[in-house]
Amino acid sequence: MTARERVAGTVANYVDERTGAAAWMKKNLQKVFPDHWSFMLGEIALYSFVILLLSGTFLTFWFDPSMRHVVYEGSYQPLKDVEMSAAYASALHISFDVRGGLLMRQIHHWAALIFMAAIVVHLLRVFFTGAFRKPREFNWILGIALLTLGIVEGFLGYSLPDDLLSGTGVRIAHAIIQSIPVVGTYLSFFAFGGAFPGEVFIPRIYIVHVLLLPGIFLALITVHLMLVWYQKHTQYPGPGRTEKNVVGYPFMPVYMAKAGGFFFIVFGVTAFLGAVASINPIWLYGPYTPGQISAGSQPDWYMGWLDGLVRMAPPLETYIFGYTISWNILLPGLIIPGIIFTGMALYPFIESWLSGDKREHHLLDRPRNVPNRTALGVMSLTFMVIAMINGGNDLIATHFDLSINQIMWFSRIGIIVLPPLAFVITKRICLSLQRADRELVLHGKETGRLVMLPHGEFVEIHEELSAEKKFALTQHEQPKAIALVKEDAGGVLNPKGIRARLQARFSAANAENIAKPTASEVKELEGGHH
Amino acid sequence: MSKELEPLADPGLPEHVHRKADIDPIAAKRAERQVAVLFSLSAFGTLLFIYSFFFIKDDVFIFLPIMGNTNAHQLGIGMGMALSLLFIGFGAVHWAKTLMPDQEINEYRHELKSEPEDRSEFVKTAKEGAEQAGLGRRPLIKRSLAAAVGLAGLPAVILLRDLGPLPGNSLNETNWKTGTKLVTDPGDRPIKASDLEVGGVAQVMPALLAGQKRTLEDIAKDAVLLIRLRPSEFQLDAERLSWTHEGIIAFSKICSHMGCAVALYEQTTKHLLCPCHQSTFDVTRAAKVIFGPSARPLPQLAITVDADGYLIAKQPFTEAVGPSFWERKS
Repeated sequence: MTARERVAGTVANYVDERTGAAAWMKKNLQKVFPDHWSFMLGEIALYSFVILLLSGTFLTFWFDPSMRHVVYEGSYQPLKDVEMSAAYASALHISFDVRGGLLMRQIHHWAALIFMAAIVVHLLRVFFTGAFRKPREFNWILGIALLTLGIVEGFLGYSLPDDLLSGTGVRIAHAIIQSIPVVGTYLSFFAFGGAFPGEVFIPRIYIVHVLLLPGIFLALITVHLMLVWYQKHTQYPGPGRTEKNVVGYPFMPVYMAKAGGFFFIVFGVTAFLGAVASINPIWLYGPYTPGQISAGSQPDWYMGWLDGLVRMAPPLETYIFGYTISWNILLPGLIIPGIIFTGMALYPFIESWLSGDKREHHLLDRPRNVPNRTALGVMSLTFMVIAMINGGNDLIATHFDLSINQIMWFSRIGIIVLPPLAFVITKRICLSLQRADRELVLHGKETGRLVMLPHGEFVEIHEELSAEKKFALTQHEQPKAIALVKEDAGGVLNPKGIRARLQARFSAANAENIAKPTASEVKELEGGHH
Repeated sequence: MSKELEPLADPGLPEHVHRKADIDPIAAKRAERQVAVLFSLSAFGTLLFIYSFFFIKDDVFIFLPIMGNTNAHQLGIGMGMALSLLFIGFGAVHWAKTLMPDQEINEYRHELKSEPEDRSEFVKTAKEGAEQAGLGRRPLIKRSLAAAVGLAGLPAVILLRDLGPLPGNSLNETNWKTGTKLVTDPGDRPIKASDLEVGGVAQVMPALLAGQKRTLEDIAKDAVLLIRLRPSEFQLDAERLSWTHEGIIAFSKICSHMGCAVALYEQTTKHLLCPCHQSTFDVTRAAKVIFGPSARPLPQLAITVDADGYLIAKQPFTEAVGPSFWERKS
């Protein structure tokens, strides 16, 4: 035994005698995690969060969350002697007079953009591969909560510098609050401590941004990870991978090195972006005043869809009994986002309710094998992308020399017409890919080698797939339609009524698949010719 | 249908293929050196950071292709930090990929639900606990407790009451009163009709009383745009026409949609455009909405001139300015 081992042994003994952790550690240090690039997306989100905590803490050392009026005396000459809020002045101070301040501000902003992007792509991965199915519904809901809070946290964050651009964003948030029927006016007066903009808004959102929401984030992320750990990670299907096992590498040492290393890579890339790519140059916008605005006002990307929806909303207001309901704000600003996020949160339950599938699933779906879910996902994405395009309609118009009115009308019509179209096309593509899989399994892959047969016919040689590949392409289960039982033999009506009818409809739609090759079909072809 | 048919058999995990570094000690040694080089590059990044932080002045600019003129101090510390982090990452991942075990391990899963005994035991315990508390048998306790807990939430809400004052009538009022002088913003100079040429635009504010200071809350309600057209270009009814003066028409600059500043005026079409959501207002027709999400025209301010020829408000706004709210009369 070396001296080092003796020390390690003593420490381990000391800790274990007081916590009994050895049994747990022994098991969990060797815990197996499956390997796939798409499993890194959630990791990127986690690491960005850590980067946000670190860079954000640095910024708080200088940022002054106050709307007190000051006269700028810092080293940025164009704004010298301009009256502004202390918040904006301190954000300028961080950018110009604190060494590394601008770098950390840009790292913080880039990390926020990456954080949100990673969450969204991670969510898409989980959705399209069916990783949200039983037993992981809770984690899906936690994920949706993190996404929602992330949007709010990001918005509050870029509102803090109190520049002309961010103030305009706050103005819009204020209008959304004020549009809420019955209580909106009161809520806005409470939130802003009186009329807009007031002098309390920045200090209030500051404490929410740096304490309240990060605290909630920490709690939710902890539970999210604990559930991943406890439920064991899902894995992609393949030879040797079943619903009853996890195939992969041990946490210690492989994932400690890989995941630990990956944290440094994400941090390094964020630092690189902070070093070379200027983001949110607040000194160009000037201090906020409600009477001015900069053209081409754009929110951060994850708010773009919301802005796009607001822009394309029809000019509708209702006046009833002396009260005003602003549909043009409520609909795109609260009602549609509410429906979207509630729908997302409930999706695992809706799918299992309609399919009647209550089993645990640990093997992921290949998206093509679940055409309806995949099509629904692409349909929703299409909706969001069109909303987002419309959120940038002014920039698109100026960059591509188009008319804003045309883009707006394209979006208004497109957002209704294109998502269903995307559904149909995606479903067709999924079925075609299933057909291609079937071809591959039964006839092998094309080699590009042509051979002339003795009687003059040309044929292309097809190379048979390996047994592993064949299995990977056929291991999935193809759902069957559930027959509708209106009443039982005794003439008693099915108590499940509507649900039974819906289930019959949806299971019939889900059963529309290209039949995968069976063992006997494969055998038959192997015995004969290709 | 496929369930009855026999699926293809699972051939099991493919055989493990050793990496070069697993079998060749020279390759392993090479991998070890590569990892060490990567970690050393990280140390170089840290040195670059330290050097840039202390020894490059923050007003030194260097020219780089693509990026143009770049602040050398900012670039030096940023790149130093990026390199010092990235190469730790690259080193660790390379280490894991070349030298740590790459044989896949098979771990078994267990269904998450507890054993039937445990479940029934749990249900029994929970039931017994509830039984012992007697909630079922003592509805009076249950109901009074529910009411008390529900009510106890109220102080939490009531405590928030002083977050802000009640709105009262404030959203319907501005500082524009009958006879208020229009003054330029910025500059606070009174303005005559002749100061504005045909086709010209100016932002104005209500004149301040002596000792009064203009707050952002004032600007958020009072900002007004003056636009001068040829009087023949107006398509207004008699009342609205009488609110203009020699072709000068005044609108609230605060968008009737979400309160942004309606700042873009297109001289040729005589349209006002809000850059936030592209609501477009036709100046010749009393800022009628001709495009975009806004549901109402911009409120028009009636203007005239005083005895000295300075522009003044003929009367206050006749409607609330800015975005809609529940109590707004319209």
